[in-house]
Amino acid sequence: MSNFVDPKLGLIPGPFHTKLAEQNRARSWYDWAGYAAPGILDSMEFEYFALRNQSSLFDISPMHKYRLAGPDAVEMLNRLVTRDVRKIKKGRVGYAVWCDEEGYVIDDGTLFHLADDDWRLCCQEPMLTWLHDGAWGFDVAIKDETHDIASLSLQGPTSFAVLEAAGLDIAHLKPFDMIQVEPDLMISRTGFTGDLGYELWCDWGKAEALWDRIWQAGTHQGLRAIGYEAVNIARIEAGFLTAGVDFQPVHATERLHRGQTPFELGLGWLVHFDKGHFNGRRALLSKQHTPRSLLIRCDVEGFKPAQGALIYNGRKREVGHITSGIWSPTAKKNIALAHVRMPDAQRASKLKTEIYTLEEGKWDTRMARLTPVTDAFFAPLRARATPPART
Amino acid sequence: MTLESRYDAIVVGAGHNGLTAAAYMARAGMNVLVVEKNDWIGGAAVSRSLHDGWTYSNCSYVCSLLRREIARDLDLPKYGLQVIPYEGGASFTRDGDHFAYYSDHNALRREMARHSARDADAYRAYSQAIMRQCRFIRPFLLRDAPDPASLRPRDLGELAYLVKKAHGLGSRELGETLKFWTMSIGDFLDEHFENDLIKAHLAGSGIIGTGLGVYSPGTAYVLLHHYMGDIDGGIGAWGFARGGMGAISNAIAASFKDHGGTIHTGAGVEKILSKDGRVQGVALEDGKVFYAPVVASNMDIKRTIQHHVDTDDLPQDFTKAVNNFKIRGSSAKLNISLDQFPDFPAAPEHTSFLRGDMHVSESLFELERAYDDWKDGRWSEKPYIDMLIPSQIDPTMAPTGAHMMTVFVQYAPYDLNIDGNRSADNWTDAQRNAMAETVLNQISVACPDIRDRVVHMEVRSPLEIEREVGLTEGNIFQGELTFDQLFFNRPVPGWSQYSLPIKGLYLCGSSAHPGGGVMGAPGANAARAILRHETRHGRMKGYAA
Repeated sequence: MSNFVDPKLGLIPGPFHTKLAEQNRARSWYDWAGYAAPGILDSMEFEYFALRNQSSLFDISPMHKYRLAGPDAVEMLNRLVTRDVRKIKKGRVGYAVWCDEEGYVIDDGTLFHLADDDWRLCCQEPMLTWLHDGAWGFDVAIKDETHDIASLSLQGPTSFAVLEAAGLDIAHLKPFDMIQVEPDLMISRTGFTGDLGYELWCDWGKAEALWDRIWQAGTHQGLRAIGYEAVNIARIEAGFLTAGVDFQPVHATERLHRGQTPFELGLGWLVHFDKGHFNGRRALLSKQHTPRSLLIRCDVEGFKPAQGALIYNGRKREVGHITSGIWSPTAKKNIALAHVRMPDAQRASKLKTEIYTLEEGKWDTRMARLTPVTDAFFAPLRARATPPART
Repeated sequence: MTLESRYDAIVVGAGHNGLTAAAYMARAGMNVLVVEKNDWIGGAAVSRSLHDGWTYSNCSYVCSLLRREIARDLDLPKYGLQVIPYEGGASFTRDGDHFAYYSDHNALRREMARHSARDADAYRAYSQAIMRQCRFIRPFLLRDAPDPASLRPRDLGELAYLVKKAHGLGSRELGETLKFWTMSIGDFLDEHFENDLIKAHLAGSGIIGTGLGVYSPGTAYVLLHHYMGDIDGGIGAWGFARGGMGAISNAIAASFKDHGGTIHTGAGVEKILSKDGRVQGVALEDGKVFYAPVVASNMDIKRTIQHHVDTDDLPQDFTKAVNNFKIRGSSAKLNISLDQFPDFPAAPEHTSFLRGDMHVSESLFELERAYDDWKDGRWSEKPYIDMLIPSQIDPTMAPTGAHMMTVFVQYAPYDLNIDGNRSADNWTDAQRNAMAETVLNQISVACPDIRDRVVHMEVRSPLEIEREVGLTEGNIFQGELTFDQLFFNRPVPGWSQYSLPIKGLYLCGSSAHPGGGVMGAPGANAARAILRHETRHGRMKGYAA
């Protein structure tokens, strides 16, 4: 008898694959942690507008999910991440980053406080070894739930109305609240879009039933299945960072100095020095006032997206680059996230970026002024209102 | 004279252009008052709820032309404006077929080929020709139209810009440009396509809001006028303002107020006051008087000059030209509350093209006949309808599961002909209802169950549009978009640059260059002219500067 299990070549189907494949008219799959994930299902533009104007369904099952349970779970997590997890109450979700001993960010993610001594960490990068290393000496059990739990992100102004139509009572959920609404279904008011929205969590095997239930409920709410390209626009508008794009997860970095501290990424508010020791604390204490560069949000002059453009101070001095740059269909601005080295980052309004354009076979370049922006490019009130609006 | 009755500028009419002009002036530091006759603002870019639970875009109903420069300068999304594109469209036929204008290019090509393989192929050259012309025209929308007879440096500069842009086109494209500005949409489509239904579908944009037929010279430009807008850079794309077209006016008003502006509603202007050829302020119908050295009228040129200023102060040739300004009403509007989504038997279920603009005209011939009816002073027996159900995309317009339908109707005359007597007074309730029946018959070509779906209906003849919105004869563009009334000829030769013969009096609505549509360009251009001529602030700031 052979113990061989075929690892399969190429991308494999996730828990919602049948449902997604039915709608994948664009036939555009991309690789998300080995799963076939839709980049576009039908039309990026209309998927995006479903998200911002009605509601959208996006499969986030390939996210890495780790269960941390045991009497030392809080201590262990507090040792691991930079924020004080004791302040994340039961039934709440918290955004967190974690660093290596140099103070460089390993990844960011969300921490779900499920029950006493029971937590779940959701993140983009695989973290199992790191968690096991961090758990040494703590009474905590770690389980990789990545392939056990399926998850859907339901986002957009009618997302509450969709859940209501599905018979789910979640009107009282505030942003970052979560609830085990049914034995097989957990709902958190979280998302990666800056809009009103929820994430739905269930057993891998019950995924399709969940999809059908939500899909049915969305009949009159303009619900649309969407791919990552639409989500990406929304997350840039919200000012959210993507690992590997807006920062380099240090574990995936060969040139170790390419790592970045939370302070360099504008995430200093997630670093709580007063909570006791945590990974990277010493390095962060010494580096907190001396960032080498800053991640800034800016409004780019003109209408051409600045993705990948280099940033200059004066005519020749290169001081940074745009990590994410798009025309925002909702803010009606040309927006960008950029890394700019210090001290130029503090005088961003003096900076220009060189945008390359390709139109009908002709490459061109133009210089565009940057205007720094402090808040999110789009932060609608409906994202925070409780109970939420239905439209 | 009390202190609060004195302003740096007064804008007459809170339409989207008046508000745009006001917002730019307020941002430049001027103390600006907007006065509006209705209890609500928005002019023809308005959302009103006339039946509990449903909201209508009562007049203008789709959005594309609003300049993105203006949305960005005035930060309209911050003040609540969300513009959402819609996808596709269709023309339904009486024999149960349809032509679907898919937004998916491949599907569109296959659908065109279903009707004509040649037309599917011809479509690319056709749309490239249109896009090329749009590309040429778009930069002029936010510039002054140069006066070709003037030797002022600014006019010469603008002329030089025009020549430079025209030169960039090359002689072949320039010839195409001149054709576009003068020929009929019917002739243009005949040059490209063979299929009647496809031609009828594409022709609509050439006649909307215009007192011309598909074979009248000048209608090709009207089509271009409808294509030169964009949504997020997608030229020619159309969409909805979330919450209806009033969301545009409301956002501009909020931006204006946030910069210190004041809006006074519920009393129209009785008279624009002037003395010794210089404007002084406005006297309202409610007796209030406000003073300002600058008054910008958002009313159309005819209404402004004929009814609200002292014509003694005006040159006779100017007054005569204004009297001759063509501003004919040619369209009507139905806004309908539906209890549920109507049945479209000819369309595949849940198809995306139902979210777009739908029509039931089958040929250019039929459209020309519809125009003949209008010339005779009757509404068309088979009117062209531009019909949309925005509630499929905008969840704020109707209760869940119910829908809102907007139906633009072309043609309907202002001076209705009853037994040889042509008069706007002939628009009685009975006539209006009879017109609505005609339109419902047309709609039923696409949705036979339409009458069973109606919960509430607002019917607007050109007369209602004139009375409520203030547009002379109910002309939606504040004056025909024909070449004799465009560019340096708009509204009348010699007065294309927003100022009028009374010093300090400006025109900031669609009667001015570049014309109608919810564009904001006339308002922004007028503000630029005012800031240049009347203030020490000088240049306007922003993308529309």
